[in-house]
Amino acid sequence: MKRLRGALLGIAGIVLLGVLWEGYKALAPAIGVKIGAITVLPRTSDAAMPHLATMLQRALDPVTAAAGSPPLWTAVLQASLFTVSIAAVSWVVGVIVGFLIATLMQRFRTAESALLPWVVLSQTVPLIALAPLVKRWGSLVHFGAFDWQDWMSVALIASYLAFFPVSIGALRGFASPEPAHLDLMRAYGVGWWRTYLRLRVPASVPYLVPALRLAAANAVIGTVVAEVSIGLSGGVGRMIIEFAQTGSSDPAKQWAPIFGAVLVGLVAAGAVALLGLALHKYRRNEVTA
Amino acid sequence: MSESSAELAVSVAEVGKVFPARKGGGVSALEAVSVDIAAGEFVSLIGPSGCGKSTLMRLVADLDSPSSGTITVFGKSARQARRDQDYGIAFQQAGLLPWRTVRENIELPLQLHGVGKAARRARASELIELVGLGDFGDRHPDQLSGGMQQRVAIARSLAESPRLLLMDEPFGALDEMTRERMQTELARLRAETGAAVVFVTHSIPEAVYLSDRVVVMSPRPGRIVQVLDMKLGGAEDRTDALREDAHFFERVSAVREALHGDPASAARARGAETR
Repeated sequence: MKRLRGALLGIAGIVLLGVLWEGYKALAPAIGVKIGAITVLPRTSDAAMPHLATMLQRALDPVTAAAGSPPLWTAVLQASLFTVSIAAVSWVVGVIVGFLIATLMQRFRTAESALLPWVVLSQTVPLIALAPLVKRWGSLVHFGAFDWQDWMSVALIASYLAFFPVSIGALRGFASPEPAHLDLMRAYGVGWWRTYLRLRVPASVPYLVPALRLAAANAVIGTVVAEVSIGLSGGVGRMIIEFAQTGSSDPAKQWAPIFGAVLVGLVAAGAVALLGLALHKYRRNEVTA
Repeated sequence: MSESSAELAVSVAEVGKVFPARKGGGVSALEAVSVDIAAGEFVSLIGPSGCGKSTLMRLVADLDSPSSGTITVFGKSARQARRDQDYGIAFQQAGLLPWRTVRENIELPLQLHGVGKAARRARASELIELVGLGDFGDRHPDQLSGGMQQRVAIARSLAESPRLLLMDEPFGALDEMTRERMQTELARLRAETGAAVVFVTHSIPEAVYLSDRVVVMSPRPGRIVQVLDMKLGGAEDRTDALREDAHFFERVSAVREALHGDPASAARARGAETR
């Protein structure tokens, strides 16, 4: 019953968004609302705000007028799959790196003092802007049969955004066991490693799950944006840019990859939610006396 | 080590503990504390808050180290005794791991020390029966009452059949009814296991009911004021009837007087309490 209600509310939210879109388009003037020379509300022309039905119709039509061109929605789905795969890789890399950094900081107090400021500072570096540099450094990497690919640059940038919440969340989680638990482990005469494995890691899960969710969001955003700045084709990020260039003649087309990007985000959030369910037993809270 | 000290469970000799304070100096928590606890003996440490009774227990457990003096446990250094797992320990907070079931919590020390799965299971089942949690083996701590959680903690402390149990106000957070029931059960468990017990409490009746000897401590710095023999008989005598016994009341008064200093001032304190 509760679940049904949640689903209904979710659907109602989407419907409301659609009603707002169409309602604004119907009521506001086509040139938008201006105060002096400044446009404070967007234009509602078909080029700026296509009807929802037009967007849907466009998604079902072929990508281009060329013969044998597939329907737009399949192309978008394919691009979304491409993007979500890169986001998944960068999420995994980010989670592993974040977890390792947090472990290092937990193990050595000096590592915490030395690393934590850099971890925080790392997120102020506009790596998106450095994307061309990352691409060039990548192109210098060869060993054996291995060659650096452009998608790896994208994954690297996205994982750079994903590792941060994990390292902070895990560090807090590792420090969360009660003093009595730590006393107990000491009384059992077990060292750092087994205390870490049996106490700190399981105790960190309640802190880790929200961090993993943030990391997933960061990985998706990082992937989409890095696709654009690296110039990697095949994903939704690049597709949004490409289709935007045909915006004046085919305004509904660019909305399809935007919905594709939304879909990627939903899939990522759903996957982490499933992971959270699987870790359910570590998310109980002890009720004391 | 001599023969006689080998029979001792715990020997505390001239132990002091100073905690570093912010403004130089330091806070003296214990001063010149000496006490011997025989194998199989039940000794309570009692005193007002801040008298260092918990500190003393932590020193015996090697969770802290003394600033002066020596502590031996079964003739070994406290550190060695901890490494050899010569004691089981329980705290005021049950300290159960919330993601583990009752059974898994009891198995924790065994698992950490590499006991095989089958042996672990068997031992856990035995202990679950022993503490009367028969049907709760697969529950999680958040599904248990405070008293039940504490039973699990006690079962866990008994997992490796230690000859010494260290308990820091294990019933401190329980209501009076549950508390008395747990005391009776602890007396029974102790009789069944034959372990020596160091029991920290601030409840006089609890200390008298359970102990062979009660160590009365005074605060700032923590010192032993008096060690009182209870002579209330063996475990078979530690029944609810004992709580109504005249000898029990007499011992309770003796501990109270020791806590308040001389009998006269103790009487004044009692008077003050009743006014």
